[in-house]
Amino acid sequence: MKGKVRSTPKGRGVDPKALEEVRKLLGAAPRRRDLLIEHLHRIQDACGYLSAMHLAALAQEMRMALAEVYEVATFYHHFDVVKEGEEAPGRLTVRVCDSIACELAGAQELLHRLPAILGADVRVLHAPCVGRCEVAPCVVVGQNPVPFANAAKVRETVEDEAVKCPVPGYLDYAAYKRGGGYRLIADCLAGRRTRDEITKIMEDSGLRGLGGAGFPAGRKWRIVAAEPAPRLMAVNIDEGEPGTFKDRWYLERDPHRFLEGMLVAAWCAGVGEIYVYLRDEYAGCRAVLEKELKKLQARPPCALPPIHLRRGAGAYICGEESAMIESIEGKRGMPRLRPPYVAQIGLFGYPTLEHNMETVYWVREIVEKGAGWFASHGRHGRKGLRSFSVSGRVAKPGVHLAPAGITVRELIAEYCGGMQEGHAFYGYLPGGASGGILPASLGDVPLDFDTLQPYGAFIGSAAVVILSDYDKASHAAQNLMRFFRDESCGQCTPCRVGTSKALALMGERRWNQPLLKELSQAMADASICGLGQAAPNPALSTMKFFPHEVT
Amino acid sequence: MERATNRQLATMPIEFKLNGKTVVGRPDETIIETARRHGVEIPHLCYKPGLRPDGNCRACVVEVKGERVLAPSCCRYPTEGMEVTTDSARALGSQRMVLELLLSDMPEKEYRLDSELDQWARKLKLGLPRFPSRAQPASDLSHPAIAVNLDACIQCTRCLRACREEQVNDVIGYAFRGEQSKIVFDFDDPMGASTCVACGECVQACPTGALMPAREAGFAAAENTVDSLCPFCGVGCQLTYHVSQNKIRFVTGRDGPANHGRLCVKGRYGFDYAHHPHRLTRPLIRKPGVAKSADFVVDPGNWSEAFREASWEEALEAAAAGLRKIQSEDRYALAGFGSAKGSNEEAYLFQKLVRTGFGTNNVDHCTRLCHASSVAALMEGINSGAVSNQVNDVLRAEVVFVIGANPTVNHPVAATWIKNAAQQGVKLIVADPRRTELERHATHFLQFKPDTDVALLNAMIHAIIDEGLVNEAFVKERTSGFAELKKNSKAFSPEKMAPVCGIPAQTIREVARLYATSKGSMILWGMGISQHVHGTDNARCLIALALMTGQIGRPGTGLHPLRGQNNVQGASDSGLIPMVFPDYQRVDNPEANKRFRALWGAELDDKPGLTVVEIMNAANAGKIRGMYVMGENPAMSDPDVAHAREAMAKLEHLVVQDIFLTETAYLADVVLPATAFPEKTGTFTNTDRMVQLGRKAIEPPGEAREDLWIIVQLARRMGLEWSYEKPSEVFEEMRKGMNSIAGITWERLERDSCVVYPCEHEGDPGEPVVFRTHFPTATGRAKFVPADLIPADERPDRHYPMVLITGRQLEHWHTGAMTRRSGVLDAIEPEPVASLHPLDLAALKARPGEVVTVASRRGSISLYARADEGTPRGAVFIPFAFYEAAANLLTNPALDPFGKIPEFKYCAVKVTRGGERPGNPGYGKGGTLALLSG
Repeated sequence: MKGKVRSTPKGRGVDPKALEEVRKLLGAAPRRRDLLIEHLHRIQDACGYLSAMHLAALAQEMRMALAEVYEVATFYHHFDVVKEGEEAPGRLTVRVCDSIACELAGAQELLHRLPAILGADVRVLHAPCVGRCEVAPCVVVGQNPVPFANAAKVRETVEDEAVKCPVPGYLDYAAYKRGGGYRLIADCLAGRRTRDEITKIMEDSGLRGLGGAGFPAGRKWRIVAAEPAPRLMAVNIDEGEPGTFKDRWYLERDPHRFLEGMLVAAWCAGVGEIYVYLRDEYAGCRAVLEKELKKLQARPPCALPPIHLRRGAGAYICGEESAMIESIEGKRGMPRLRPPYVAQIGLFGYPTLEHNMETVYWVREIVEKGAGWFASHGRHGRKGLRSFSVSGRVAKPGVHLAPAGITVRELIAEYCGGMQEGHAFYGYLPGGASGGILPASLGDVPLDFDTLQPYGAFIGSAAVVILSDYDKASHAAQNLMRFFRDESCGQCTPCRVGTSKALALMGERRWNQPLLKELSQAMADASICGLGQAAPNPALSTMKFFPHEVT
Repeated sequence: MERATNRQLATMPIEFKLNGKTVVGRPDETIIETARRHGVEIPHLCYKPGLRPDGNCRACVVEVKGERVLAPSCCRYPTEGMEVTTDSARALGSQRMVLELLLSDMPEKEYRLDSELDQWARKLKLGLPRFPSRAQPASDLSHPAIAVNLDACIQCTRCLRACREEQVNDVIGYAFRGEQSKIVFDFDDPMGASTCVACGECVQACPTGALMPAREAGFAAAENTVDSLCPFCGVGCQLTYHVSQNKIRFVTGRDGPANHGRLCVKGRYGFDYAHHPHRLTRPLIRKPGVAKSADFVVDPGNWSEAFREASWEEALEAAAAGLRKIQSEDRYALAGFGSAKGSNEEAYLFQKLVRTGFGTNNVDHCTRLCHASSVAALMEGINSGAVSNQVNDVLRAEVVFVIGANPTVNHPVAATWIKNAAQQGVKLIVADPRRTELERHATHFLQFKPDTDVALLNAMIHAIIDEGLVNEAFVKERTSGFAELKKNSKAFSPEKMAPVCGIPAQTIREVARLYATSKGSMILWGMGISQHVHGTDNARCLIALALMTGQIGRPGTGLHPLRGQNNVQGASDSGLIPMVFPDYQRVDNPEANKRFRALWGAELDDKPGLTVVEIMNAANAGKIRGMYVMGENPAMSDPDVAHAREAMAKLEHLVVQDIFLTETAYLADVVLPATAFPEKTGTFTNTDRMVQLGRKAIEPPGEAREDLWIIVQLARRMGLEWSYEKPSEVFEEMRKGMNSIAGITWERLERDSCVVYPCEHEGDPGEPVVFRTHFPTATGRAKFVPADLIPADERPDRHYPMVLITGRQLEHWHTGAMTRRSGVLDAIEPEPVASLHPLDLAALKARPGEVVTVASRRGSISLYARADEGTPRGAVFIPFAFYEAAANLLTNPALDPFGKIPEFKYCAVKVTRGGERPGNPGYGKGGTLALLSG
């Protein structure tokens, strides 16, 4: 036997031409590891995919190991890694959202029909919630979301090469300032307001984190401020919970209100540097933020901390606070174990104030109008306002700002124009994919943090999806479990394996309920993060409130 | 009242409740560890002591009172008063469910004897899993050492952490997501095509057999295990041989102080050379009339045309008779080469035999070829040739400066500590003409021009003085000669040296500043420093850097020449050096001479003997006529090796003692079959000054005998009345002549496996860090010795425009005699290759993998070209392990005047496209694996 001579050192070499191309694409950008995802975007944007040659060149350029680059690139939906001998994706990608609201509106039919209609060089993929449930079904052509999509509309969009996300009309920097914007932060920095005073207002208002966990905002500021400097802030606009689109709604209308709130929060918590993490699906918002941040930084109303806008790459799990931090650090979005909490050891190992975008969006108004103003809203004994993202079988889906504690029946009647023509209220998802499914008979329970726990449900990000007599809770539960299986980061056993096995069990006509419950208990008890812990909720709700569907 | 610091608080005992009982734990000890101490077993898979706990498998979840969800006991630390339940219905429910989920995806086939998953399933009395299985991936059997069966993978990432956090080879990744998540090599490449260096740490870490030794070696139930050492490099890794039917089946890393369970590809897979059919099993005597010549070749698999078998009695008598005859005519015509691969006891007896039996000091070994110049500089400067600090002291440093060393290849496990240090934020400065794997981990990489070490280092010295960063107090109190250094350095400003060495002045200054001002700066160097005609000067500069900044004499700061062979430190300590007795006591020092005359009861020559290359020259001149060579292969390892072979062919009488018929043995008159490392017991001293015990694991083949026995037999036939029977007896005698190890007892070695010297009195702990208060010189002070620029002996010119750099490969040890006869190592690097920069290769119009011819003024070889961006333009790198393309046919025997080390790292060559395919030396060539396993 004769040995085989290797003509290069071990493993994949670096092609000088690919290296040159990568260097050109990266330009003067720093080669820091936390920028890996940003750099992958540059290559993906320019080439339409990530070739192995480019990835190897990028690894060398960033002085990273091949595996370190590959494991990150293959984690995110929006990166297409193409190895030698593999076919590149078509010239255009069309993503059909098949999460719950879009599925109710006919996504499966689109997924079935579009490939034949759009031709061979257009790739049709199913996609998890794209955050446009009010215009379901939504199909994204390139980066252009087609509302109320049908086959003809999508074909037309593809044929027109309309692949950019339209930028909405919004209140820009000048207009926002004219309306008294940035006065608050300027006052803060000029010493006319104190940290304690502002923080107290937040505490008194009862404003809680609006990303889903509901942690009191003012208390969070104090906790972070008590940690040793340097402290960082990370703003979560990875709005991926199916049915949720309120953050996008506000960003598309009044981005500076958010930015000012963010600056005030940062100032109160003694934060020196801010990272804003925006999901990649919100290309329009990205254009808005990039443009407005530039304006803000060019003519700052006061001294600004460094603000970095980071782009997600298609991963629901990065909405989990610690997974988002990992992603900002340029890694796979795998949640961290807690303790330690991110307020103690967060981004880059520093104490980190992490906030949902909407939470800080309210800061200016609450400070201006007073804590009492915010707390004065509410119904059925609850206090404050909630931005409900309502979708499904209602006449007027959309973001509805309503009193906390409103019931779903009131919400449908007063804000959503009632049910869709011909549909009768059957059940609802009070909190997106994770919050469980409740029957119409529980339509009079106040919707707020903590009120739904007795029913095994929660409000989360206030994404309310309405089901009608045309729908089945068990089908919705399957849709949601498929979503969780696809979006599980794959780190821990109960979630990685559990979601997959649970989905298989839920595919049976009659569910093996004892086994599914046993599995659900372990997933809820032993998963690392909220994804795995909450993933069994829809299945559990179905067995509890809609047993006739599955026995 | 004094208050406890946070650090103290963090380790103060606390009480918490474990399954209802109050236990004492610590805030820095995880619940699972405390539980284990208290006899409470918690299932676990992704947790493995020694690896960072990751908490991903969730088999170890426990209930903590008041918490919403269960907590992973491998990652959770207790707090005072916490109530933990490990066996409640809720905790057990999740523990069992996790195991069941994983079990449902396990293949029918088993890949190892007792998977940890099966063990836990048994303990928790799990039945058949109730879930359908996943779609299973195919096996990857592309690697000669490791079988990858991901159908048995539970995604616990122990392999990944072993690969990336322990060994820092960064080959294994966790790619994709969700249920598609997968352990990958590089870009999900076949392992055999990946950058994997086969350290095997992943295999050692895998709980289920998804990663296993190839060819189902892991199934072989070992009859017994023997704790011993790795026989290859100077790092001195402890390992365990797993033996059955007198065969080593596999090897695992042991928790030794130098390796903490880690091994590299040689240590883990390079053991089977001992079972190669080429092993010499009977003494051989050269047939009458078989002439010797420099190009005389014997097939090591069939030597019968040149040799005949003989009895030990006959062979020993023939060996001794030839030596006696020459001795009776001119004792200075005899010389001996001992080996840095042998034990301390063997080295000691060998030099004692030469000094007292031959009656000369003509005894040397391959230290001459590796660190002689470093030792010369160290002896001159601080009167001690050994390292000041141990390798893993890099973890306590702030700056680590690695120059002229490629530890990921030559000291792989030492490199892991350096990489760990870099991961922890230690600033790593790597200076080397070749871009090595370590570069990726470095904060500063200085790819200086070959041969310009002194320019670079003097510029650093200049910058430190220039910027006022000299440690004046240290210089004043503990050194002498600084004024001369200062004066000399004036001519070497970074600005002036930048064009000479190719490193920008600003970088030189920055690095000098970092080195000088850190809390602790370790310098590690290798043969890139020593193997030059200015090797001693190179080392002098490094010593000066340490002395002028006071970066020596404390933990985490000092000088560490990375020793090459597993026992080059010990062989040197034991006296295999022509000018010194054991413990570096000079033969021309009357005190020392008297001491050993008394100890050995013999007359001793006070004239320093000849060194390796000098002996070869003397042999060529007919002045050396007889030699005894034990375990060395000068016919491959010496510079200008055609000349060395010629010299050896001229010898009237050559006795070679080895385990294979080496290229040196081709020219022998008598060949004595010796034992391989695992066939004998002895002590070995690693680069860290750790004296460690290698234990016998298997019996030697045929009539092969232990080296110690052979030396004693020869000595007796040389008229010495020796009666040593065991290595421990020899060691006892050594302690009497060597203060440095006087305190080390054999019993302690047997008990602890390792003792660090200096250890002058029994019970001394041993000193990992030396020179704390003074240097072992007469005045207690260290001495600065300035260095000037001396060019390489042979610079490139019109005819020979390129530079040849020789060295080693990860897989091949030294002259390849052992490693090319090891299945896995031969499979990974079967053929001789010359590494060139791809652009240089393109300029030759040669494609990677094609044959090129490399010629110097001394010889010419043909071998396969390898395109390697790490090789600088204008240079070619060739490992010297391949007989069919012996790099040392090309090298220049010019010597460093102080260390007498040849200039292996620099000579002028020309490279042309084409040439004959390298021939077949009768071993290696990718055939070993089939030969050994077939």
